[in-house]
Amino acid sequence: MPLEQFVPFIPEIFLAIASFVLLVGGIGLGRRGMRPLALGAVGSLVVTGILVWLFGRPAGEPEVILGGMLAIDTFAVFFKLLVLASAILTIMLATGFLERFRYGGGEFFALILTATLGMFVMASGVNLVSLYVGLELMALSSYVLVGYCKLEVKSNEGAVKYFVLGAMSSGILLYGISLVYGSLGTLDLMEIKTALVAAPQDNLVLMLGIVLMAFGMLFKVAAVPFHVWSPDAYEGAPTPVTAFISVAPKAAAFAMFLRIFAGAFSPEIDHWRSVIWLAAAMTMIFGNIAALSQDNVKRMLAYSSIAHAGYALMGVVAGTAYGTWSVLMYMLVYTFMNIGAFGLVVLLETRGYAGETVKDWAGLSKKAPAAAAGMLILLLALAGIPPTGGFMSKLYVFAAAINAGYIWLAVIGVLMSAVSLYYYFRIVVQMYLVEGEEAESGAELVRDRWAEGVVLVSVLVVMAIGVYPAPFVGWAQGGLNALGLM
Amino acid sequence: MFESHLLSLITLAPAVAAIGLGLIPGRYERLVRWLAFGISLGIFFTSLLMWMVFDPSMGGMQMVEKADWIPQFGIEFHLGVDGISLLLVLLTTLLVPVVIAASWTSVRDKVKAFHICLLLLTTGMVGAFLALDVFLFYVFWEFILIPMYFIIGVWGGARRIYAAVKFFIFTMAGSVLMLVAILYTARVHFETTGIWSFDYFVWLETASQIPMGGVWSPQMLVFIAFALAFAIKVPMFPFHTWLPDAHVEAPTGGSIILAGVLLKLGTYGFLRFNRALFPEAWEKAVPVIMVLAVIGIVYGAFVALVQPDIKKLVAYSSVSHLGFVMLGLAAGTISSTQGAILQMVNHGLATGALFLLIGILYERRGTLLIADYGGIATVVPVLTGFFLLVTLASIGLPGLNGFVGEFLILAGSWPVAPAAVVGAGLGVVLGAVTMLWMVQRVFWNPLSHEENRGLRDMNFREVATVLPLVLFIVWIGVFPMTFLAPMEAAVRLLLE
Repeated sequence: MPLEQFVPFIPEIFLAIASFVLLVGGIGLGRRGMRPLALGAVGSLVVTGILVWLFGRPAGEPEVILGGMLAIDTFAVFFKLLVLASAILTIMLATGFLERFRYGGGEFFALILTATLGMFVMASGVNLVSLYVGLELMALSSYVLVGYCKLEVKSNEGAVKYFVLGAMSSGILLYGISLVYGSLGTLDLMEIKTALVAAPQDNLVLMLGIVLMAFGMLFKVAAVPFHVWSPDAYEGAPTPVTAFISVAPKAAAFAMFLRIFAGAFSPEIDHWRSVIWLAAAMTMIFGNIAALSQDNVKRMLAYSSIAHAGYALMGVVAGTAYGTWSVLMYMLVYTFMNIGAFGLVVLLETRGYAGETVKDWAGLSKKAPAAAAGMLILLLALAGIPPTGGFMSKLYVFAAAINAGYIWLAVIGVLMSAVSLYYYFRIVVQMYLVEGEEAESGAELVRDRWAEGVVLVSVLVVMAIGVYPAPFVGWAQGGLNALGLM
Repeated sequence: MFESHLLSLITLAPAVAAIGLGLIPGRYERLVRWLAFGISLGIFFTSLLMWMVFDPSMGGMQMVEKADWIPQFGIEFHLGVDGISLLLVLLTTLLVPVVIAASWTSVRDKVKAFHICLLLLTTGMVGAFLALDVFLFYVFWEFILIPMYFIIGVWGGARRIYAAVKFFIFTMAGSVLMLVAILYTARVHFETTGIWSFDYFVWLETASQIPMGGVWSPQMLVFIAFALAFAIKVPMFPFHTWLPDAHVEAPTGGSIILAGVLLKLGTYGFLRFNRALFPEAWEKAVPVIMVLAVIGIVYGAFVALVQPDIKKLVAYSSVSHLGFVMLGLAAGTISSTQGAILQMVNHGLATGALFLLIGILYERRGTLLIADYGGIATVVPVLTGFFLLVTLASIGLPGLNGFVGEFLILAGSWPVAPAAVVGAGLGVVLGAVTMLWMVQRVFWNPLSHEENRGLRDMNFREVATVLPLVLFIVWIGVFPMTFLAPMEAAVRLLLE
């Protein structure tokens, strides 16, 4: 194997080394070293981003490296940069949070970096084995991150549920992979596609394999009915981790989803599409309706994240090039709006671990007008109201579904976004409309410059995409130049 | 340069001004009020300039502006004005300074935020009237909800949170289906031509190519999705239940905007989109619309009759008046359509003025119950005079604006649907009874409440606020051709 093949792999190598350095450094520095370690982690992620830009981009046509394990294409670059952005924002959110709750930072940052490495492989893998390895690296890091606040019962509970169900879903996925391998004799996505194009099949073993793989992937994106782990894991996890696992692994899982289903399995689309259709519809309906009755804001946002996976799945159902870039666009906006919203939860978290209720937001517009305005914009974006990025991203998935002829799915989607308004606006009501004693009873904001910066960046990105989406759409469409995709 | 960007100036200047206003510290309340007032007045004069530049002999869109917005999708920032939107934009920009003046003393809390909301709302409303890209229209249409939600929810009465949420959910639920319809129509265009376009002119050709058949055919469903969004906004019977709540709880300024402009977006949408884009489906829907319109007219008037609360009474009479507008649109003759458009403006002026005067009463006395008043005509003669004049305008006394609109609607609809006209005629009588009975109980009758003896009459600012509205009320009543002439060509073009 010529050494040049490793050049596009430099960012991943750097990321692995950086995570070890942070891990060891964390032992040496202890809790005092929180800020330097955080700066080191952010710095190495920024360097990774630069390395991706320098070495990880395809020179022209997409290429494969390392014996067909990884692809170097714009699709991978898009998701890698997105995942890097969410990792950086998460570390900035977590630093102050860990200080307040008196936990060390070394392992935390190292785990974020290893999870990021796993997601890099998920974004660029073109072989079921490399994809699975990336997925597991990401998942194992996330399990530990969810249980990071080891003295909190909820954190432990969330981690255990996440781990047990996550391991089970990985098993289902792996079983599906083995059935696909058994019937086609290859794990390479391109070869799978070629084989299916050459001889369209409806043998039962292959179908079962594809469906089991779909189940496994639906687990990972927390689609209904495979979502039961996510509200508990999201609520129990330290809030910065919730922000992280609600966006980055979801984005990476969608990347993998698209590579496998919109790519390799695209010749069999008529067989798997109805499964995804049903999952998308149920996810949108159940996620939004379950969120209606939540008083705990973290849990509410957890159900809202479930619902958002449903919207994004519409793009997968469409199964067109159009649907694919609409998913990319959706993940881009979703990442920033969700991290921003959880960032404000972090800032408001002054009443003990995971105890924030809707009432804690009371009177925020008086106490902290800028924070309230930021939350308002993020909630409008989550609800999909113009002129925010959330509206633009929803628009594209709806348009993709309608173009592919799935009008009723789009109808369910828009009706459910109207439902979602109700619960998002429960927070707005508390922030802006309640008065008097009720308004006084709200929680106080923490002073945390880094977390405030995260919220500001998220709000700016979400608004920029809403007001002038053209360049962002251009990037998402650019991400279509991918290996194995239709 | 200036003239070629007149429309985007009127549309975007309020939003830019709102952002500028946000930078001023909130404690300079007087400065904020004066600035917002000056800006809104400036926008009104700019729209008067638009009226002067406007060529009434042309039916098509004028002063058209076009710029790429989302080129990958063929979405453009595309504005234009014709005789129909001209009047509604003028009405909007007239009402905004009136609202700011009317809120001078009644809005005391969060003054800066109130004016920011109002200016953002102006951008949304003007943009929705001027947009020639259907997608752009939808963006403005949805955007309006946010500032209006806050105006009702923050500065409203006791049950304001309930009313604001109800307003938001109702309108949102109606309009999301319109989004599906818009995307579907765009898809049909894409499939036939291979390019994306949301251009209104392009859609005039495309929309009628959507397969048409029974009620469940695609074109009918698209039509219904549009109609539902607009019917909730108008509001047509049976989608009207949000309106009384919103009106009663909204602050005076909010009620004026709501009755004056927001409801017109619904009727405007019916005319601009449902009528013009889907003439075939429109033909099929006319009987339904007419029946609902007449039910709205009669039902609104009956329910108004028994309301104990002045604002609620006016709110239900709005349901009745907008029934007239819908009847005129459904009849679809030139004169009934012209009457309907004029009636939109009339209702905006008269009901806006009514809510303004009710707000003045409320500010002094703190109650809206009719039973708490009575015999105050001798205490507040100026207010009584204005109130009576506006009421008479609202019930259609000849010589004032309401008469012209109602007459054109009824006369224009007669050849098409005499039965509906008879029903609506009943509504005219009932409406007059309702309003006059209310005036009698509030201003005449014996003075039974001692605390009403000390009511202050209108001061100079309040008279100056209501005067421009009264001026237009009389102007339209005496010389309607000023306003009918510019829209005639546009109406002809749209109907043919």
